[in-house]
Amino acid sequence: MSTTLLSPVDVAVAPALPDVLPPRRARGRVGMFIHRHPTIFAGGLMLAVFLFIAVFAPYLGTADPTAIAPARRTRPPSELFWFGSDMLGRDVYSRVLYGTRISLAVGFSVAILSSIIGLFIGLVSGFTRWVDAIVMRIMDGLMSIPSILLAIALMALTRGDWKNVVVAITVAEVPRVARLVRGVVLTLREQPYVEAAVASGTRVPKIIWKHILPNTLAPIIVQATFICASAMITEAILSFIGAGTPPTIPSWGNIMAEGRALWQVKPHIVFFPALFLSLTVFAVNLLGDGLRDALDPRLAKRI
Amino acid sequence: MPKLLEVNALKKHFPLKAGLFGGTTGYVYAVDGVTFSVDCGETLSIVGESGCGKSTVGKAILRLIEPTDGEVFLDGVRIDNLPLSKLRPLRRRVQVVFQDPFSSLNPRQRVGDCIAEPIVNFGLAKNAGELQDRVIALMDKVRLPRDAIRRFPHEFSGGQRQRIGIARALAPGSDLIICDEAVSALDVSVKAQIVNLLSDLQDELGLALLFISHDLAIVEHLTHRVAVMYLGKIVEITDRRTLFAGSHHPYTRALLSAVPVPDPTAIRQRIILRGDVPSPINPPNGCRFHTRCPYVFDRCRVEEPLLRSVGSGHQSACHLEHAPDVDVIPKAA
Repeated sequence: MSTTLLSPVDVAVAPALPDVLPPRRARGRVGMFIHRHPTIFAGGLMLAVFLFIAVFAPYLGTADPTAIAPARRTRPPSELFWFGSDMLGRDVYSRVLYGTRISLAVGFSVAILSSIIGLFIGLVSGFTRWVDAIVMRIMDGLMSIPSILLAIALMALTRGDWKNVVVAITVAEVPRVARLVRGVVLTLREQPYVEAAVASGTRVPKIIWKHILPNTLAPIIVQATFICASAMITEAILSFIGAGTPPTIPSWGNIMAEGRALWQVKPHIVFFPALFLSLTVFAVNLLGDGLRDALDPRLAKRI
Repeated sequence: MPKLLEVNALKKHFPLKAGLFGGTTGYVYAVDGVTFSVDCGETLSIVGESGCGKSTVGKAILRLIEPTDGEVFLDGVRIDNLPLSKLRPLRRRVQVVFQDPFSSLNPRQRVGDCIAEPIVNFGLAKNAGELQDRVIALMDKVRLPRDAIRRFPHEFSGGQRQRIGIARALAPGSDLIICDEAVSALDVSVKAQIVNLLSDLQDELGLALLFISHDLAIVEHLTHRVAVMYLGKIVEITDRRTLFAGSHHPYTRALLSAVPVPDPTAIRQRIILRGDVPSPINPPNGCRFHTRCPYVFDRCRVEEPLLRSVGSGHQSACHLEHAPDVDVIPKAA
């Protein structure tokens, strides 16, 4: 039996290998980040736009947000009034831009303040049994009051000012962070790496700083974004019912409250601040979801 | 010369709390009077089923949990009732390697910092350069690549992580390492590597090991002496050869007969224990093993057997005069 040898012609007509693997597209650093964390990118970008609006509101506005022009009241959106005008003839577009300042300021301040205070309370009560027993009962008490009701009650004690709004919402949000941190601390304390650190002579402050704190940061940052979103909504509610920012300062809640009576005939007054509020909250939540996935070091290396 | 570690009638009872005000309704008798000692450079294994209290013994020695009663001596110094501040300098001598290679390393700490932590804690390096040299020397000792120093634990496999844990345990120049199921979570081949590493380190550094395990096959390779625990008590303690060739306690025999033999043609007599391990909340009277023992007689139900000598360096807690005449050591066909 003879073996058939391939002639050069046979080799030549052999079909070319299909491109099973398409060439890998080269991605830059930024492209890689967008590909890995699309939600962080989208949420961050939207939030950056709102931040830009808040900072440059005086330059982006077409008119003074408090200038009254009764002759041109309740105009629908037009070239002159991009978002229309309200019942006093004020430019809704300018008012909404200025309102971004209040919302973002309240959202960020509440998120940062309640995270720091909650982190401190959570760490202490997670490590000290007798503090835990007392502080957590107080937190339970605060949590049993609906946060909006608590904020309204606290606002009733002072005058309307955005800084007071921040304090009122922070008081309502702190128990949530404290609880979260305490829970994480109690779990981490039982982790073998913490026990190994104790066995190798690490002192308690260093254990908290090196082993507990870094591992609570990820859940806190995620929680902070959700607090930021809910604080913005609470601020708008407080303004809407007249318990928040004074009506002289334009905030989204105020604008909606003023447009409420007319919303069936002139819906644009309510529509635009509501749209901005929804988009901002959506952006913050998107960012929070993305961060939650990204901050887990075990998931960080996936490609 | 005092033993490196002496444990005398160690007890740990966990209170059971119930109701609104947390009244104690009973106790879990996790460890109930355990006595043993470890010499310098020696390996003592503690074996037993899960839930028999072997890990609790390790944690009570380390004071990760406070023992209820009993005495622990480290080099003749009593450590079970020392205030934690006075205990701290002594912690340098006893270190621990845990079972789970994933949760035993801080996910946010670089490997180098992790190994350096005990050295820094006890002020064993004068400056940053010396610290780095010591960390690198430790990494070489456990055969970790040098570039691991800047990396995070999640970049390593289970076996590598366990090497990191061992390096951390060696870092302060410890005399005794408590290996709490240190190889149980690893693959067979990796397990063998880590066991070999441990015995090499023992030869090199004169380490004593307290090896807590449920795996008799591993114990057989590593240990000098073995203590068998059942329901919070040591039932038999002897050297390795006697345990595998001439064990006395019926529970030890049952445990040995359960070790799988990698030979399908081997003929062996299995001792199948009936029933479950009784609850440590309400342990049986008399001998704790009497509910499952195939050789039980009246005395076992009323009188608790104490550890007594049945040979040189061989103690057993059983009322039986002689070891039951059952051949459990597998024979090749």
